Amino acid sequence: MYKVLLAWRYLKTRYIALASIISVTLGVATLIVVNAVMSGFTHEMKDRLHGVLSDVEIKSPTVRGIVNADGYIAKIKDLCGDQLEAATAIVRCPALLNFQFRGQMINQQVMLVGIDDQTYSSVSDFKKYLLNADNREHPSFQLHENGYDQRLDIAGWPHRRQQVEAELKLQEEFNKLQFGIEEPQVRQSKIPSVQEQVGDEVFAPIPGQLPDLQTEDRSLVIIESGETNNKPSAVDPYSSVRAPTGQGFDPATEHHVGIILGMAIGHQKARDAITDEVSDIFLCRPGDDVQITLPAADGPGGSIRPASAVCTVVDFYESKMHQYDASFAFLPLSDLQRIRGMIDPDGRAAVTGIQLKFRDGSNLDQLRSELATAFPPMIHGFQIQTWEDVQRPMLAAVELEITLLNILLFLIIAVAGFGILAIFFMIVVEKTKDIGILKSLGAPNEGVLSIFLSYGFSLGVVGSGVGTALGLLFVININKVARAIEWMTGREVFDPTVYYFTEIPTIINPFTVLIVAVGATLIAVMASVLPSFRASRLHPVEALRYE
Amino acid sequence: MPRTTAFFDKPIVKIVRPKTSSGLPDKPILRADRIFKSYSKANLAIPVLKGVDLEVPQGKLTSIVGQSGSGKSTLLHLLATLDAPDSGEIHFLDNRIDNLGRRERDRFRNESIGIIFQFYHLLPELTTLENVLVPKMIAENFFRYAFNKKAYVERAKHLLDLVGLSHRFTHKPRELSGGEMQRVAIARSLIASPKLLLADEPTGNLDRENGEEIMTLLKNLNDDESLTIVMVTHDPEIANESDHTIHLESGRVALKAA
Repeated sequence: MYKVLLAWRYLKTRYIALASIISVTLGVATLIVVNAVMSGFTHEMKDRLHGVLSDVEIKSPTVRGIVNADGYIAKIKDLCGDQLEAATAIVRCPALLNFQFRGQMINQQVMLVGIDDQTYSSVSDFKKYLLNADNREHPSFQLHENGYDQRLDIAGWPHRRQQVEAELKLQEEFNKLQFGIEEPQVRQSKIPSVQEQVGDEVFAPIPGQLPDLQTEDRSLVIIESGETNNKPSAVDPYSSVRAPTGQGFDPATEHHVGIILGMAIGHQKARDAITDEVSDIFLCRPGDDVQITLPAADGPGGSIRPASAVCTVVDFYESKMHQYDASFAFLPLSDLQRIRGMIDPDGRAAVTGIQLKFRDGSNLDQLRSELATAFPPMIHGFQIQTWEDVQRPMLAAVELEITLLNILLFLIIAVAGFGILAIFFMIVVEKTKDIGILKSLGAPNEGVLSIFLSYGFSLGVVGSGVGTALGLLFVININKVARAIEWMTGREVFDPTVYYFTEIPTIINPFTVLIVAVGATLIAVMASVLPSFRASRLHPVEALRYE
Repeated sequence: MPRTTAFFDKPIVKIVRPKTSSGLPDKPILRADRIFKSYSKANLAIPVLKGVDLEVPQGKLTSIVGQSGSGKSTLLHLLATLDAPDSGEIHFLDNRIDNLGRRERDRFRNESIGIIFQFYHLLPELTTLENVLVPKMIAENFFRYAFNKKAYVERAKHLLDLVGLSHRFTHKPRELSGGEMQRVAIARSLIASPKLLLADEPTGNLDRENGEEIMTLLKNLNDDESLTIVMVTHDPEIANESDHTIHLESGRVALKAA
């Protein structure tokens, strides 16, 4: 009883000891905040890293790819049983993407991914990241009338119609100036599409450029094999492209092959120099046409030939992982197979990869090994990777960072422990007489020991308790704190143009909080063991005589 | 001075009471035989007690007097089992106490004797009442103490009442005068209903008036409750008030006065 009472009284009257545990408090608070923010970031990042990546992907590095994908999927199903949830075949292909922005061409390298819009969403979080609300429900490669993200003030069909109208007006003006023709021209696509051709190097005229007679002539000659010269295309050189037989392509009501672009390809965040507000700038919008150029697999003699196609942006993909958003562009699988020449004369289409989704909690590394055994790389030449393999360097770096931060911060608490040790020795010296009194009244050594141990323990509990409360409070209000610091310093703490997040993500893991709090308390107790032991061994007569 | 009623009717240590009643010399409550004690300082043994024999009669007020450095405080510490003699034996009633184990000595100090000091030695963080209760808190574990707390508080209040401090329950020691602190210390030494009170210069740090009050209090306790008191003092006047005086001179008993 006297132990508790005295420990409590010491706690209440010795403010210097409370000062010594402020470092414990701060250490605990920092640890909790850092862990919450880091795990928030990690979770967010893993989510996004996993985003378009399936659990496991079987890749064929060859240009011609895997021909019998369905056969392989059936085999994998046999192998993995009910652990396999979904599988889909994809084509991956590096390509160049061109589009026009305010009269200038923009050229970007992208990774084209041909996907089956029915099955692809079942292997990854793909549809979750689409901007169009309808597409998030049922992903498709059709341009929508509405339902786009509110950042897009105009997009989809309304945007396309507006563009075509403007184009037409420009055309009229041009024709008036050039030829004095009053009648409106047949509507034409803003960017003419060009069908890929076997053995012929064909590029569409630079999109958006006003028709130049020379290029018009040139493209006329090469547009359709065989029947090119029969086409009366002087007026509408691109009408034959992808248009129903005998009819012109009406860009106001029709669109080319749909393409879903990564957000960072067609979008930038910019900070206004004066107001300092972050605004969205769209280089292209759903409804615009873009041109892709890629190496086709069906060049003469198995060689590579460049192929081009015009596509219409139907949606954006925003995983908020810049790495993905700046590089991925999705096309319908069959269209990409056709453009890339992956369909053989018998009609069998090849793919470059098979993506697999397994049940939650499956051991992906083990499944990968099983698949690698079933399809030995020496025979099939497949590369089998889990999504974590693909992102290993990144994940490892982040994990290392978290570990190092935890070690460093725990060292801070350990340093605080030495502070407690020093102050405890002082308190024991100060309390020497009290120890003598207690012993003269019959208190056993263990009783004296436990007074100081429970004093250390209660200091630790107070320190880590207050630290935990502070840390949790900070984490819960971290965005308010960030805004307050912004307001005070006038500098942005958390720049949304850099991080894509508008809010700092945090996850409070109760287990981590518990470990941190208990660990800090233990350090305080350990720091008090030595002084307490010394106190308990004091000789009563000497302690009483101590002045 | 309020008179005590039946405070000491409940012996804590079961020891066979001497059959003889007051008047005749009883069997001594405390007996020391050939006590030697020396302290070592810089590897040099300095003898303090050089063969002390003494008997403390039951129910009497015994003084131990002597010059500074004559070893009287050391002797008291040995009698209180706060320290152990180098050789010799100390008996408390029929029990030898100088060779007890640490735990038994702790129990002995807690239950069988009361000790008061020249410098009062109260715990500064606790109130008067809590200071009086400390021996009980030490004696019992948390739950038993909590269970009996009401009775103990009652008893502690009675004791404080007895020493004339009924209005000072919640004061901290630093808010009390020296005489008041010594009274609290006396109340604390009585809480376990001991047979024997050991006092180390109880008036040494007090002015004359306060010293006399403390002496009166001790004598009353001795008279009314037949509490055996052993008191160390260097003041012959105070020693004169006692029933029995033991003179210590350079580590030996010089003269016994009845």
